[in-house]
Amino acid sequence: MIHETFTIPDFAELQRLVERNCHTADVHHALQSDRIDIKGLAALLSPAAEHLLPRLAARSARITAKRFGRTIQIYAPLYLSNFCINRCAYCGFSAGNKIDRRVLTMEEAEQEAMILHGRGFKHILLVAGEAPARLGVDYLAALTTRLRDGFAAISIEVQPLEEDEYVRLFAAGITSVAVYQETYDRGIYGQVHHAGKKCDFDYRLATPARAAAAGMREVGIGALLGLADWRLEGLAMGMHLAWLRKHYWRTALTISFPRLRPAEGGFQPLVKVNERMLTQMIFALRIFDPDVGLLLSTREEARFRDGMVGLGPTRYSAGSCTAPGGYAHPELTGEQFSVGDHRSMQEVCADICQKGYDPVRKDWDATFQIKDGGSGMSAAF
Amino acid sequence: MLTIAGRTFRSRLFGGTGKFSSPKVMKEALDASGCEMVTVALRRVDLANPADDIMSVLDRKKFLFLPNTSGARDAHEAVRLARLARAAGGGEWLKLEVTPDPRTLLPDPIETLKATEILVKEGFIVLPYMNADPVLALRLQDAGAAAVMPLGSPIGTNQGILTAFQIAIIIEQARVPVVVDAGLGAPSHAAQAMEMGADAVLVNTAIAVAGDPVRMARAFALAVEAGREAFEAGLGERREDAAASSPETGLDFLR
Repeated sequence: MIHETFTIPDFAELQRLVERNCHTADVHHALQSDRIDIKGLAALLSPAAEHLLPRLAARSARITAKRFGRTIQIYAPLYLSNFCINRCAYCGFSAGNKIDRRVLTMEEAEQEAMILHGRGFKHILLVAGEAPARLGVDYLAALTTRLRDGFAAISIEVQPLEEDEYVRLFAAGITSVAVYQETYDRGIYGQVHHAGKKCDFDYRLATPARAAAAGMREVGIGALLGLADWRLEGLAMGMHLAWLRKHYWRTALTISFPRLRPAEGGFQPLVKVNERMLTQMIFALRIFDPDVGLLLSTREEARFRDGMVGLGPTRYSAGSCTAPGGYAHPELTGEQFSVGDHRSMQEVCADICQKGYDPVRKDWDATFQIKDGGSGMSAAF
Repeated sequence: MLTIAGRTFRSRLFGGTGKFSSPKVMKEALDASGCEMVTVALRRVDLANPADDIMSVLDRKKFLFLPNTSGARDAHEAVRLARLARAAGGGEWLKLEVTPDPRTLLPDPIETLKATEILVKEGFIVLPYMNADPVLALRLQDAGAAAVMPLGSPIGTNQGILTAFQIAIIIEQARVPVVVDAGLGAPSHAAQAMEMGADAVLVNTAIAVAGDPVRMARAFALAVEAGREAFEAGLGERREDAAASSPETGLDFLR
């Protein structure tokens, strides 16, 4: 396999791309095309598309229904550790913040997982701050081996790793990797990342490709909304997505749209991203890529998430706690951010059903990946 | 402009040298077509012999020769033919054809992939003729093919693009140029391939067996140009349903 590197144009260039495609006619053309290219995406993200938002919604909904049917996948995050060597202005786990720090022991992590299992979750996302001395590949591989019989799919959202480390984790049973660039604007990236390994913009940008090259079934990208111009973040994500598709055709892709939430450290968003902007971005990327999975987490309020069912997003987290150990001990603090949707998983699912959609809890099977035994489905044969 | 393996082509129409009534007609037709790449069957020509009836009439400065392994039944035969062709001065470019079924001349996907892997390692610029299978196209691309050549319909059938849906997927996914090859029986078929976004088309039979091959060659050249122009201009969406009425109510939840 040829290893090429993805590069992102600077934001001034992306801005010109939007400006060159920001006429109402460009938006209409994009809405009437079978497939749109990056110029079409620029048009759908431009100010000219704002007053056509209902048209974007209709098209996004139609494409989503055709590709994903009337379903929403359900998952839960499992926070393992809030130790972090990085100083990031926006994050509650930032090394400078005075919060209760803990890394779960293997037993504690397993206990958390069993609670999620008991609540009916089959897909979980392991999350941790970057502190490899406390939580590295050994920990993740060992934990995955312990958990994999209980879950259909286990994903990770941890520090960027090397390709051989991803290979090892895939063999242990990790199905997918999420690594968000936070912002594709190199200048702003430098401003908000004060210290730590995360300061290396290019290493992070190349991480989704490393995970895909390692054979991961799915790779997730995303931008933290509230740092840089959302239109240009949307365009950059579209470019990253298209590049990954061309180079790693065996890997399914997802995009996440986390908006900044109140967190320890009191960081104020650098730019405003309201709900209309967020929806325009989601619709534009759905129209750009009919096959990409779109995540909408509990950062968003119940009202908004209910409204968005069927319009573009395909995967919802539910009942989330962002403090390590918080499922067994709800009184614990030290969370990454405060969530916006406080409903339980059962409530989220009931509301999805109410809208005529199926909340899908299992859409993978550990048997696909486990080559060295395991007592999942294979044990029944 | 079209670029394959670092070489640029002004014309997106590739020609062939088979089935013409005479070398003279072939030369006139290829000249009229404006094409810059022509495929020649290794079993038909004697590459090393300047007096060969095909080699002697075609100017190799004007046309890039794309020797093809037509007749090979498996990877082993195709690789041997390719090596012999290169040794005889045929160059690095190769249209890989592995067609074990002499009736349909449909390509064998497994042997084609095997041969591509071997020939790419040996430094050939491999353009494999293949069925319009999107995953096979990706596998051939990963193996190092310089372009992929999916068929519109079986060779010589003039049926046009019966594989449109798969070819559309191949075009969407490929990193390497896509050349629609085989089955294009009329200029409108070539135009359709180009409108879909194919990088080029290869046409042989339809020109060679036309009432007037020279005029037909010109017709194909015009069709290829028209189709490419339409693709670059951006075609509108084809839709089964009428435009959806405004679902304004669907966004009432937004703050």
